[in-house]
Amino acid sequence: MLSAEGLRHAYGRVVALDGVSLTLAPGQTLAIFGPNGAGKTTLLKVLAGLIRPQQGWARIAGGRRAIGWIGHESHLYGHLSVRENLLFWAALYGVPTTERGVRATAVLERLGLSDRAGQVVWSLSRGLMQRAALAKALVHDPRVLLLDEPFTGLDLAAAAELRTLLGELRGAGRVLVLATHNVDEGVELATDVAFQRHGRFVQLAPRGARGAAEIAAAYRRAVTDA
Amino acid sequence: MRELLGQAWTVARKDLVLEFRTRTALLSAVVFTALVLTVFNFGRDPTAVATIDLAPSILWVTFTFAAMLALNRAFQLELENGALEGLLVSPLSRHSLYLGKLLANLGFVGVVEAVGLPLFVLFFNVPVAPVLLPLIGVIALATVGFVSVGTLFSAMVVRTRFAELMLPVLLLPFLLLPLTYAVQATARLLAGRPLSEVSGWLKLLAAYDLVFVAVALLLFPHTVDE
Repeated sequence: MLSAEGLRHAYGRVVALDGVSLTLAPGQTLAIFGPNGAGKTTLLKVLAGLIRPQQGWARIAGGRRAIGWIGHESHLYGHLSVRENLLFWAALYGVPTTERGVRATAVLERLGLSDRAGQVVWSLSRGLMQRAALAKALVHDPRVLLLDEPFTGLDLAAAAELRTLLGELRGAGRVLVLATHNVDEGVELATDVAFQRHGRFVQLAPRGARGAAEIAAAYRRAVTDA
Repeated sequence: MRELLGQAWTVARKDLVLEFRTRTALLSAVVFTALVLTVFNFGRDPTAVATIDLAPSILWVTFTFAAMLALNRAFQLELENGALEGLLVSPLSRHSLYLGKLLANLGFVGVVEAVGLPLFVLFFNVPVAPVLLPLIGVIALATVGFVSVGTLFSAMVVRTRFAELMLPVLLLPFLLLPLTYAVQATARLLAGRPLSEVSGWLKLLAAYDLVFVAVALLLFPHTVDE
């Protein structure tokens, strides 16, 4: 479903990716933990096709249509309503005209945004904006979700709701790649865990039965020893 | 081809909805057009140069600088909430994105010209009615030319500092040819010369359009990809 081999990318002398390889099958969720500047965002951008790596390759079955992307920003137009935004993005992702409205309604309902559907995006709070961004990423029912710090700006309830939703998506066979610097976020969702530092995966392994505390300790060791 | 044009229309429609909802740039451009025509009307000595000799240059200088306002905002609005990144991750082809922006810019500049032309007639009292159709043809051909190049440069400069300053500096040298052709054709039309004297300029404008739309389509993907 998602595979990458020998990814290398540098911004001038700063190496953002250095020999990263990974393969994920349907239902797998990879949580990538790393400090700021470790190259997590660059990796996600390479996987999304936003950056062409200087070495190596990345492939996602189904191409761009299969990708749902949540970056640092919402990608929503401030002067369009939440629903208008979803219909626009659904059209770009090739959702048939007759299905766009139904999909938008379903996603808005799932994310608790039904009562905000007609509200223009610029008037939403940070947390609601993040939920709307998630709705935008899901409106075309992607098979692969690339999430860069998706919990930023969410309150505790919304973050818990997002974890539940991502868990459901994983259960439905979606591939999730989640990058964050906070080990507590999303670790329960992960089937696989990677620690990234200076562009390299210093560890990539199945999560197994490890709990959040154990992974946090392993992460601290990995990023300080590497 | 159908998908390419369908996606382009989706982008153009979104841009036009955003513009007509906010009216920021449109109002600015219309007010700018009215002000420039007013300044030229009162700032010239009608006994020194005949109006009919000066009017074509004034018309095209006004339209060109009013169009800059539209071209400047074409990609600026994609920076809001990082929407450009979302567009680049989506299956939207780069060519569709360019064509969509071109269509929206043409619509925007067309509205400004539709307001500006009657004001021009009002202020300069030039005999437009007998040559209205060929004049609209000249305006349409010249507008396609400079908007096609302007849309490309707008994408090039949008992520640079001082983008609003950079655009005219880069663009104006490329506008010398279409503006020269347009001024020459307009001068002959307003002077009541036969259409056969204008057809050469129209052909040159059409050739410029073909060449620069094709070149812009080829180069555009390189301007937006990282």
